Amino acid sequence: MSKIHVTTTVNGDSAEFLAGPGVTLMDALRDELGLTGTKEGCGSGDCGACSVIVDGRIVCSCLMLAPEAEGRRIETIEGLAQGGQLHPLQQKFLEHAALQCGFCTPGILMASKALLDANPDPTETEARYWLAGNLCRCTGYDKIIRAVMDAAAELRQERVA
Amino acid sequence: MSETLDKPAAKAPLTIVGTRPIRPDGADKVTGRAAFGADFHMPGQLVGRVLRSPHAHARIVSIDTSKAKALPGVKAIVTAADFPDLASEMVEGSEASSDIRDLSLNVMARHKVLYHGHAVAAVAAVSGDIAEEALARIKVTYEVLPHVTDVEEAMAPGAPLLHDHLFTEGLEARPAQASNIARKHRFVRGDLAEGFAAADVVVERRYDTKATHQGYIEPHACVAAWGEDGRCDVWCSSQGQFTIRSYCAKVLGLETSDIRVTPAEIGGGFGGKTTVYLEPLALALSRASGHPVKMVMSREEVFRATGPTSGGVIEVKLGAKKDGTIVAAEVELKFQAGAFPGSPVGTAAMTALACYDIPNFSIVGWDVVTNTPKTAAYRAPGAPISAFGVESAVDELAQKLGLDAIAIREKNAVRDGTKASYGPTFQNIAYVDTLKVIKDSAHWNTPLGPNQGRGFAVGFWFNVGGESTAAVHIGEDGSAVVVTGNPDIGGSRASMAMMAAETLGLPIEKVRPMIADTNAIGYSMLTGGSRVTFATGMAVVQAAEKVVADLRGRAAKLWDVAADQVVWQGGQAVCLDPAKADKKPLTIEALAAQSARTGGPISAQAAINAQGPGPGFAAHLCDVEVDPETGVVSVLRYTASQDVGKAIHPSYVEGQVQGGVAQGVGWALNEEYVFDADGRMENAGFLDYRMPVASDLPMLDAILVETAPNPRHPFGAKGVGEVPIVPPLAAVANAVSAAIGVRMPNLPLSPPKVLAALDAKAG
Amino acid sequence: MARVIAGSECWPFTGGASEFEVEGATVRDLIASLDARFPGLGAFVDKRMAFAIDGEIHQDAWFSPIRPDSEVCLIPKIGGG
Ligand code: FES
Ligand code: FES
Repeated sequence: MSKIHVTTTVNGDSAEFLAGPGVTLMDALRDELGLTGTKEGCGSGDCGACSVIVDGRIVCSCLMLAPEAEGRRIETIEGLAQGGQLHPLQQKFLEHAALQCGFCTPGILMASKALLDANPDPTETEARYWLAGNLCRCTGYDKIIRAVMDAAAELRQERVA
Repeated sequence: MSETLDKPAAKAPLTIVGTRPIRPDGADKVTGRAAFGADFHMPGQLVGRVLRSPHAHARIVSIDTSKAKALPGVKAIVTAADFPDLASEMVEGSEASSDIRDLSLNVMARHKVLYHGHAVAAVAAVSGDIAEEALARIKVTYEVLPHVTDVEEAMAPGAPLLHDHLFTEGLEARPAQASNIARKHRFVRGDLAEGFAAADVVVERRYDTKATHQGYIEPHACVAAWGEDGRCDVWCSSQGQFTIRSYCAKVLGLETSDIRVTPAEIGGGFGGKTTVYLEPLALALSRASGHPVKMVMSREEVFRATGPTSGGVIEVKLGAKKDGTIVAAEVELKFQAGAFPGSPVGTAAMTALACYDIPNFSIVGWDVVTNTPKTAAYRAPGAPISAFGVESAVDELAQKLGLDAIAIREKNAVRDGTKASYGPTFQNIAYVDTLKVIKDSAHWNTPLGPNQGRGFAVGFWFNVGGESTAAVHIGEDGSAVVVTGNPDIGGSRASMAMMAAETLGLPIEKVRPMIADTNAIGYSMLTGGSRVTFATGMAVVQAAEKVVADLRGRAAKLWDVAADQVVWQGGQAVCLDPAKADKKPLTIEALAAQSARTGGPISAQAAINAQGPGPGFAAHLCDVEVDPETGVVSVLRYTASQDVGKAIHPSYVEGQVQGGVAQGVGWALNEEYVFDADGRMENAGFLDYRMPVASDLPMLDAILVETAPNPRHPFGAKGVGEVPIVPPLAAVANAVSAAIGVRMPNLPLSPPKVLAALDAKAG
Repeated sequence: MARVIAGSECWPFTGGASEFEVEGATVRDLIASLDARFPGLGAFVDKRMAFAIDGEIHQDAWFSPIRPDSEVCLIPKIGGG
């Protein structure tokens, strides 16, 4: 099987890689581009550990084929902090102790970012349903939801200011 | 060194312990930098894959690997023939029931496969696709045998036998015939018949639970590299690099000094990463191929071949006086061990009645092998299962007696001085306080709506101590590095750094914790049993105290005073000698800057076997609403109190409580291994093995009870990680029973089961 | 003499006795005394049991001290998750 040449944008920079037609975006990110912050928990779209944002939409990168990334804009956990500054979501996750093992954290942060990009003022219920595709086995979600709500509040303030 | 601190060190008021700083490894974990098991790569590494049994029970007649070997790109194939055939030997420092022979046979089947998913061969190839293709070309001839997955069927006479040489231990006399019953455990007190004769009310019921998986989100993963000189390296995520090292050495017949294990970050374990599955295979493949080999399990493999905990049957009979005093209890436990002996039925039996002061009881536990994956430890192993039965029975008893759920527990509560059901006399426990804070909570005092129910349950876990090593190094600028040998699964680095900072008098930002490989720090038992903050924390504090003693000694020399004239206060040496009143305090920075001139590097280590972990108690309150149309149970509100001794970092202690509750809710409501008629797990994926998601749960209120600090620990800490999973099964089931007016004795309480109960009630 | 409480695991060695008194200033001494009184029990408890000394669990700790009036309860070793 010959490999396909893929040109895409990852975290604002253009990126190129070769991938077989059956290779997932997750594997391409991890193995070809060395972006191992995106995690594999199931490979079947059920855990959300591999969540990345493609053209502004949250996707499970284990369900998307790498060649489909051609010409798209991809955001991964490695691009969430900007210029050495943690994103407010990252900061709030730390302040609220919203992670234990931290394996689900990259996926949950990306899904949360997509949530707050789409809905800056979610209710707790909206946040819980939005994140229902992201499994966390350690935290019971309590501190995760608090961190997301707190980050949302801070981002709203930043916008006003 | 094996002594322990006999008294809490006299300390100034705490400035760091008990606060909530940001964890030292936090930035790595929110930016994707943290490297977990599958994130490690080596140049030239091969991909390893495992061929697994398609049968639940079969004899291996032959394995032909020739077609697979001929495939270009295949570099090595191993089967049981590539591993030593080990004699039976109990492994030290682990649960008494784990036998290294069983462990090696679980890693790679020899002669017989004992469950669907049991490893029979492993392949290393230049790509995953080629490795998969090679697996398909391996021809294994099986003679399929009848199988048994249900625990009571496995106990019945005439059941298919898993092991010809398994004779029940713990009976009066050795049985004449082999069976699937590995062991009988028994704990008794008083006179059972007399106790029941004196009872005014008796409740009796049979409960059961299904096998459930730890469900860590990170699948098992490792890279192994075998050196030409016989020295090898393993990188993997586990709950204990030293345990991985010793198991790999045993399974492969190597010296521990030949193996270095470097711990990756671990994406959850909950007991399931306390043993080896892939590591010995990767090492054997690396030896055979001459290349590093990386192996990562799929989620399906995680379900089929690792973990779970036992499914079990719990029969409970309780007798009480009219005033609620429980006078007799009879408990019988039957646990699935999986393919090899060693279910957690022993600890289930020991914890079953540990919250109660009962004069007459009998607890019997049966450890039973079945054609299912070998069980692994799962958070407070066994305790949630027996607690489900006992706490449901106590709930039923309270209803019969017209007592509330807390009152009946208070009436029968163990206190300091009570002889525990498992033997020793309790000291420094705060169990009754965990009850009281729930009774005083807004939650307990809030009325319920229609179709809602409230459930209450309590739980106990021993916690463990054991061997740990820690080192503290002071840099030339006075900052500190704290090195330990325990993987950090839930934020323990933070508590290690905090305890060191508190002892040294340094700000937390100046203390950097790290977790070292097996060559860089002394032996440490694994991260499990809720032992790290207690035992490894104790080692950290002792190492830091040695550093402080060294710093005081150096200051004394500089000032030319006796060492006892120097005290350590707020991170500096202070001179007490009135004759030297002109001596300004010396900070750790100042002393570190002079370290070469005053005796060399400032560094100390403590290697201890920590004794006296304080037990943990938990009391949980749960409100549910049941949809009468669908049988769906929603958890509306949850409050959990826990005797924690002293919380070092309260946020991460709350996190342990909340995480345990969530796992317990999943166990109660949805999670279960479903086996088909051929003994195959039918739901080996997250879609069908349904763990709680964010929208399934409310906020989980954790109340930390700190009224009984552990006198053994320098700051009073007790283990906290395990007991929170003990009460939820019963708390949820009691709530559902209250909501629908029907006792629900069979977990999980999935919608069809609840609906069936509602229908049966409606008649 | 320390008061020893032994569970059912020990009964094959003790002939069913569950409470007795033996000498021993440390765990190791106590193990030796147990073995002298009930041959085989010493090795068994050393391998399989933990010692709850006045309510506090000691596991694999030969030199933990035992007072003359201590209660020593023999319980199976405990692991955990
Ligand atoms: S790895 Fe993609 S959803 Fe689990
Ligand atoms: S923090 Fe471990 S899975 Fe979420």
